[in-house]
Amino acid sequence: MLTKRVIACLDCHNGRVVKGVQFLELRDAGDPAELATAHAAAGADEIILLDITATHEARKTLLDTVSRTSQHLFIPLTVGGGIQTLQDAERVFDCGADKVSINSAAVARPELITQIGNRFGAQAVVVAIDAKRNNDKGIDEVVTAGGRNLTGKSVLVWAREAESRGAGEILLTSMRKDGTQSGFDCELTRAVAESVQIPVIASGGAGNEKHFVDVLQKGCADAALAASILHFGTHTLANIKLVLHHAGIAVRLQC
Amino acid sequence: MIAIVDYRAGNLASVKKAFEHLGGGCVVTSDATRVRSASKVVLPGVGHFSATCTLDELGLKPAIVEAIIAGKPFLGICVGMQWMFAGSSESPQVKGLGLFGGECSRFSTAVKSPHVGWNTLVRRGKSRLLSGLDDHSFAYFTHSYRAPIGEECASTTSYDGDFASTIERDNLFGVQFHPEKSGDAGLRILRNFVELPC
Repeated sequence: MLTKRVIACLDCHNGRVVKGVQFLELRDAGDPAELATAHAAAGADEIILLDITATHEARKTLLDTVSRTSQHLFIPLTVGGGIQTLQDAERVFDCGADKVSINSAAVARPELITQIGNRFGAQAVVVAIDAKRNNDKGIDEVVTAGGRNLTGKSVLVWAREAESRGAGEILLTSMRKDGTQSGFDCELTRAVAESVQIPVIASGGAGNEKHFVDVLQKGCADAALAASILHFGTHTLANIKLVLHHAGIAVRLQC
Repeated sequence: MIAIVDYRAGNLASVKKAFEHLGGGCVVTSDATRVRSASKVVLPGVGHFSATCTLDELGLKPAIVEAIIAGKPFLGICVGMQWMFAGSSESPQVKGLGLFGGECSRFSTAVKSPHVGWNTLVRRGKSRLLSGLDDHSFAYFTHSYRAPIGEECASTTSYDGDFASTIERDNLFGVQFHPEKSGDAGLRILRNFVELPC
């Protein structure tokens, strides 16, 4: 049967993996190619490499990082951060990425989802949605630029639009939870997962193995993202998957 | 030399990288002459079934058919495998090669589609392509259409019922999943293909 995925996320800044709390306070966490290979060996089902600075000058560094990371990686590799155009996506695919994750550019120009999908297939387009609770409006709101821009769009409405425009997957990050290690936003994840027919990857908040059980069961996520929880050796992918397995969740266990 | 046929349907970097990693000499090409001179042919493919029309437009279809008739090992991946069937409901007007009986059809609305992620290969009978793999090995899938199970099905996978995840007959091999993205199990499958006698 189809298993739930645990995806190792590498936030990259100037060619290094970093981890911040709620998108601030960056700490060095290692070399992306080395970490990707290590996570794959430990049982990661996929790798996501997110360029969190994605300035124009940093693009060349990112492409080099993607090439190095993909060279000996034989599980799916998604690359995101600063992909604004079909040409940006093409360059990333040429360096060995299997999927691209688009965020701000998709909000600004939703037709980009369709353009990339038509050229590389829907399975290659992940639409990343950063969500922030807006209590005044009573909605979960789409935010961009690392949380600095409020868009006024409802997360659920945008997720459905992304799907209808040909997104292959949704990568949902709860800004409220990101970096806190206090657990995923199961409620929001479930609401999105029930709104679309495409897989939803939950992101933001993983602090222990139980959080993965919760978001894959109660949150109805198809996959969950692990970033800082993996970088400092406090938790291992192998153990996360073992805990999922013991909780009755179908996962791919290493032979 | 293995010819990886480029028909402008997505990204072939991963397939090439995997064969290079295994030491299998390969070339990504849209040139019918190079396909004809290859010892083995791989037809990858992600995206839409209708993209296979490009094979006709580029004059690649006759070269592929010749390679198959000559008994050269041929591996179709994902849409490349689906093209080995008579057709697909994704593009009813586009014909497949008809090497295997039946048509590919869409997953029902009872399940999420595309089928994305790692799922198990349940082996059926003997297979050279899957040789050395454990039963219930995992492979990485991403597709919305599935192939029917016939006599030449070497593995099935369960999602919205069972579908054919590996097909094999003589020099013809097809996999619905992406061996280039399926970790050690996938590399084993590609190695088996590389090591087939020409």
